[in-house]
Amino acid sequence: MIEISSQPLWRRAGRRFCGDGKALVAGVLVALIALLAIVGPSLSPFRYDALDWHHLAVPPQLQSSHWLGTDRLGRDLFVRTLYGVRISLVIGLLATAVSVIIGLAWGSIAGYVGGRTDDLMMRFVDVLYALPYLFLVIIFATFFGRGNLIGLFLVIGAVGWLTTARIVRGQTLALKRREFIEAARATGVGTPGILLRHVIPNLIGPVALYATLTIPDMILFESFLSFLGLGVQEPLASLGSLINGGAQEMQAAPWMLVVPALVLSVLLLCFNLIGDGLRDALDPSTSAER
Amino acid sequence: MLAYTLRRFLGLLPALFVIITVSFFLVRLAPGGPFDQERTLPPQVRANLDRVYGLDQPLALQYVHYLSRLVRGDLGPSFKLPDFSVSELIVAGLPVSATLGGLALLLALLLGIPLGVAAALWHGRPADFGIAGFVALAVALPSFVTGPLLALIFGLYLHWLPVGGWEEGSPRYLILPVLTLGLPVAAYVARLTRGGLLEVLRSNHIRTARARGLGEARILLRHALRPALLPVVSYLGPAAAFVVTGSLVVETVFALPGTGRYLVQGAINRDYTLVMGMIVVYGVLTLLLNFAADVMYGWLDPRVRHD
Repeated sequence: MIEISSQPLWRRAGRRFCGDGKALVAGVLVALIALLAIVGPSLSPFRYDALDWHHLAVPPQLQSSHWLGTDRLGRDLFVRTLYGVRISLVIGLLATAVSVIIGLAWGSIAGYVGGRTDDLMMRFVDVLYALPYLFLVIIFATFFGRGNLIGLFLVIGAVGWLTTARIVRGQTLALKRREFIEAARATGVGTPGILLRHVIPNLIGPVALYATLTIPDMILFESFLSFLGLGVQEPLASLGSLINGGAQEMQAAPWMLVVPALVLSVLLLCFNLIGDGLRDALDPSTSAER
Repeated sequence: MLAYTLRRFLGLLPALFVIITVSFFLVRLAPGGPFDQERTLPPQVRANLDRVYGLDQPLALQYVHYLSRLVRGDLGPSFKLPDFSVSELIVAGLPVSATLGGLALLLALLLGIPLGVAAALWHGRPADFGIAGFVALAVALPSFVTGPLLALIFGLYLHWLPVGGWEEGSPRYLILPVLTLGLPVAAYVARLTRGGLLEVLRSNHIRTARARGLGEARILLRHALRPALLPVVSYLGPAAAFVVTGSLVVETVFALPGTGRYLVQGAINRDYTLVMGMIVVYGVLTLLLNFAADVMYGWLDPRVRHD
């Protein structure tokens, strides 16, 4: 891992990131999509679950009020897709937060306490790494999270913390030997105090970077579960459940598949480009080849 | 080498044990059960059912029973499909799933390595950017997006290939699923190959080879490719895991009669033994493939044997 502590590195990284055209465009695009998801539904006269019996499965038309068409029940696809983006983004962010909190706690305790505890805790992480974790997500989600949004992001976050924990542990090991930690210990601060006041605040930088890389994975998990029918349930919409619905109707109403599929594709592609850009900006040694 | 292989193999057992234990208790402690229905069963019938399947015993005892049966290779009867044992269901679906996964991995290597080599050799030229664009797309898009879109284009509009389904002995039904599953892996392999090869081509031993007047083709094949492919080999483990879990989605998208559907179906129905059977089989598969990749890596790069 890279050591990220000094201010100039951040400033240089910021400049490098802004000089990376692809990543910058991707960032702007994500911001636009998010903005559209927030204000867009109120521009349309339809609610996400309102049935329009006079316009069942109509294709996209810019002149009519159903800009992106409707589904088989006459629900407006423009509004539903934007609702899907909302849910995907919110669950992605919350799940990332959950995974960061677990990873931060787990990694910093393992790294700081060290010894047997460290061995045991990190061996546990290794074993979980070897698991086909999508299986665990599926099981967790069916049993605890079906149709329950809170359960859903907890479940997704609960499987995403492993890499964060590893990164945090590595950084903690390096921090542990620094003088200010030693000074804190010498003045009699307890382990929880040192962790909360001295270790974790110094880990925020690398963790924040890794968290941005995690967001697309979390969005992917959510839409994957919803695609399988295990995540967001009707009448709510998520990009995954819309794609699933569209895949079943693609013969009669291909736009039902194409619209949410394109939106999710653009979103994921942009997040990936942002992630690549951030990595390159902070660690220029890898950027020569990419 | 033998000691290394053995050590790696023994490392699998605790992992497998943890997988089985964690998922057994997770599955059992979840609310709901296999015999919950709209219409509640008469208590005697319910009690009889519970007794036949051993559900009336304490959970710890059930766990011990499950383990002891598992050691003998018995995955138990299915709760929801009472005429079948879990092993029968999985064995019936496995050939389709294995063909799909195997072909996808093969495609990934046969397409990904040449693409990566091409991108590295044409470094910075249009072909490199074209390949990079394909890689970025294929890595970012999940199979439940690419699968339906491929089916829409090649199945519904062009009528070249079937949209989904399965017919024994007809490879046409496999083309789109294999592409959907294999392309992201191929893209990742291409990215790793390109990165590895670019780095190796700049290294001293390649410069020496050039200085001795060897031809470019010979340098590439004899001296550059083997060290350049090490990252690809270490990616094979995760790739195998990706293919194993990805096949779940691809089988759903293309309605293939593999084993994938049993996991979601079993989890929704609370079919305890079926879910556990799937976890055990796919868990063992993932671990073994990871192990194979580790051993291969140790064989190619002697340094890791002494860690």
